[in-house]
Amino acid sequence: MGRSFGLNEFLYLLKAIPWTLLLSLGALIGGAIVGLFIAILRTAPSRVLRGLAIGYIELFQGTPVLMQLFVTYYGLAVIFDIQVDAWPAVLLAFTLYSGAFLGEIWRGSIQAIPRPQWEAAACLSLSLPKQLWYVILPQAARISIPPTVGFAVQLIKSTSIAAIIGFIELTRAGQLMTNATFKPMIVYPIVAVLYFIICWPLSLLAQHLERRIDATLGVKRHF
Amino acid sequence: MPLLALKDISKRFGTHQALADVSLAVEPSETVAIIGRSGSGKSTLLRCINGLELPDRGTIEFNGKMFEQTPRRLKELRREIGIVFQSYNLFPHLSVERNLTLGPTAAKGLPLAAARELAREVLRMVDLEDKIAAYPQQLSGGQQQRVAIARALAMKPRLVLFDEITASLDPELIGEVVRVLEKLARDGMTMVLVTHEMGFARNCADTIVFMHDGRIWEKGPPAALFGSPNTAELAAFIDSILSVNLIGERPTGSRQSQSRGIRGRNK
Amino acid sequence: MNYVFQFNVVWEHFPELLTGALLTIQLSATAMVLGLCVAVLCAYGKTAGPRPVRWLVTSYVELIRNTPFLVQIFIFYFSLPVIDIRLTANNAALVAMTINLGAYASEIVRAGIEAIPVGQIEAARALGLKRLHIFRLIVIFPALKTVYPALASQFILLMLSSSVVSTISAVELTAITNSLQSTTFRAFEFYFVATGLYLAMALGFRASLSAIYWAVFVRGRGA
Repeated sequence: MGRSFGLNEFLYLLKAIPWTLLLSLGALIGGAIVGLFIAILRTAPSRVLRGLAIGYIELFQGTPVLMQLFVTYYGLAVIFDIQVDAWPAVLLAFTLYSGAFLGEIWRGSIQAIPRPQWEAAACLSLSLPKQLWYVILPQAARISIPPTVGFAVQLIKSTSIAAIIGFIELTRAGQLMTNATFKPMIVYPIVAVLYFIICWPLSLLAQHLERRIDATLGVKRHF
Repeated sequence: MPLLALKDISKRFGTHQALADVSLAVEPSETVAIIGRSGSGKSTLLRCINGLELPDRGTIEFNGKMFEQTPRRLKELRREIGIVFQSYNLFPHLSVERNLTLGPTAAKGLPLAAARELAREVLRMVDLEDKIAAYPQQLSGGQQQRVAIARALAMKPRLVLFDEITASLDPELIGEVVRVLEKLARDGMTMVLVTHEMGFARNCADTIVFMHDGRIWEKGPPAALFGSPNTAELAAFIDSILSVNLIGERPTGSRQSQSRGIRGRNK
Repeated sequence: MNYVFQFNVVWEHFPELLTGALLTIQLSATAMVLGLCVAVLCAYGKTAGPRPVRWLVTSYVELIRNTPFLVQIFIFYFSLPVIDIRLTANNAALVAMTINLGAYASEIVRAGIEAIPVGQIEAARALGLKRLHIFRLIVIFPALKTVYPALASQFILLMLSSSVVSTISAVELTAITNSLQSTTFRAFEFYFVATGLYLAMALGFRASLSAIYWAVFVRGRGA
């Protein structure tokens, strides 16, 4: 038998949490930039640009994250002719993945702003970028907060998949500790509980915000 | 020279001919009221003037310059032509003050301090100085509409368009908005209004334009038009408005003045 | 970039990839049916059950929705044998997928149930129908119809996340791709093609689910 599961092993798991959070945060920030472009392209007047954005979204929402991770990981190796580290590969993959989801969330939020708001801004002689910046985006941002927080939960859970290509975050740490201690019945439930402690408050926050914003804006959602 | 000259404007939505060869000239300081049934093309005509709709044919000349549909020219045009909408369309995330300073600062490059001064000035004109820090949803419909008028005025326009601005207001709130319009007319602002407020149209407009089926059916000073309509369509329109008021559907101050105005022709 | 793409080797092994895709489809379709049953039971328990049942369902749903699917699989496959519950890789995958889908779908079904007008249920009660009868006849059919689009998206998400079960060496598409790429050293090409297969499966599932909707809710009784 391997070593027993004690405080040190538990601390090892805890120390992996920052990597899970860092990866999630990095992907969220990167995804925000990509997503903003996608949301704007998706609503662009040009049919070609819209088509490109739709294709991007379909690709990343219609394929498994794990496959996206593998293709990015080995794709980077192909481009740079060397095996890349796991870190840039997973960060890039999760950034592209978040971009597709955030792009769709934000497009929905932008399109939820009534047409007359655009007209009122245009009639004040504001240019299109200024209409977006001063009038549309601030209102869309407010609507988009609950689904964005909801997506953050989904992203944090998804980053566990980075364990499969050997990136050491919480799930991978759990695998390593299981291999060392042969106590899967202890380690994996602890890992699950740690994820739960991170994700559950965010889920509650998202629900709370959604109720509050629905109430103030008078929005009726179907689900 | 007229400030605004529309020539042969036509506009189609699918199979519906919204505007057919409309020509209209507006002199400086003139108040033009466009009346007619819904669907007669009044709002479309108004929206063509500041480029919210692009006409299929015809020319628009503003201040001696031809209208071209480039983004730059549109921006220039909208600095000088303000518009007030039926549904106010204030920016709900911004305070009253920011609603008023946004255009002058972001579009015209006015320094913020000067824009704030301007905001105070235009709010005084609509009698809402005390609401400068409020947010739109804290105001009544009539107050929101007055802020919307102030927002248009803050751009220092040479012409203001009003698109049925009292149509979504509760009857008791219409008076306060109409009073602002009357004051503007007295002060010599050039205005084009689409309106159902016949009392206001009769008392304050220099010219009444009656639209029917996308065309200007009759045009002239209010006394002449309301007193002796030339066409059966205008007579029927006036009668329909009159009958609504005789039933007493909305017994309010402004509506009463409206029926008074129309009864004039039946004397 | 000096890499020379060689897709020939992928086409040579294409039948094996298809076998893997077939298992993915089987696993997903079975989990969809079972998961929907779990979801309906839970939704019934949460809307009409006694307090302890409601509490139990809520805990189940929140626990599953706030922990990663990968960790759930690890628990079913690696942890359960410790307490003498031994599942084959395929069965562990199926159980994990069913339980995961059950949690997400039960929230969707519940939203559908709550959208049923109260008057309909009262009318049925006035006719003397039993509670379970009412649920079966008056509630669940229209509820499923309302939320069908959301359920369909959830089903496709499940199919995509099934690629993660490759980590416990079930032989579905991702697992087969893993083993083929490791023997041929053509990782990028294999993952690229497998990603395309997943995209095709996602589109195929979407089309089939629409067809099912039409057959059951439109051509069927209408409800």
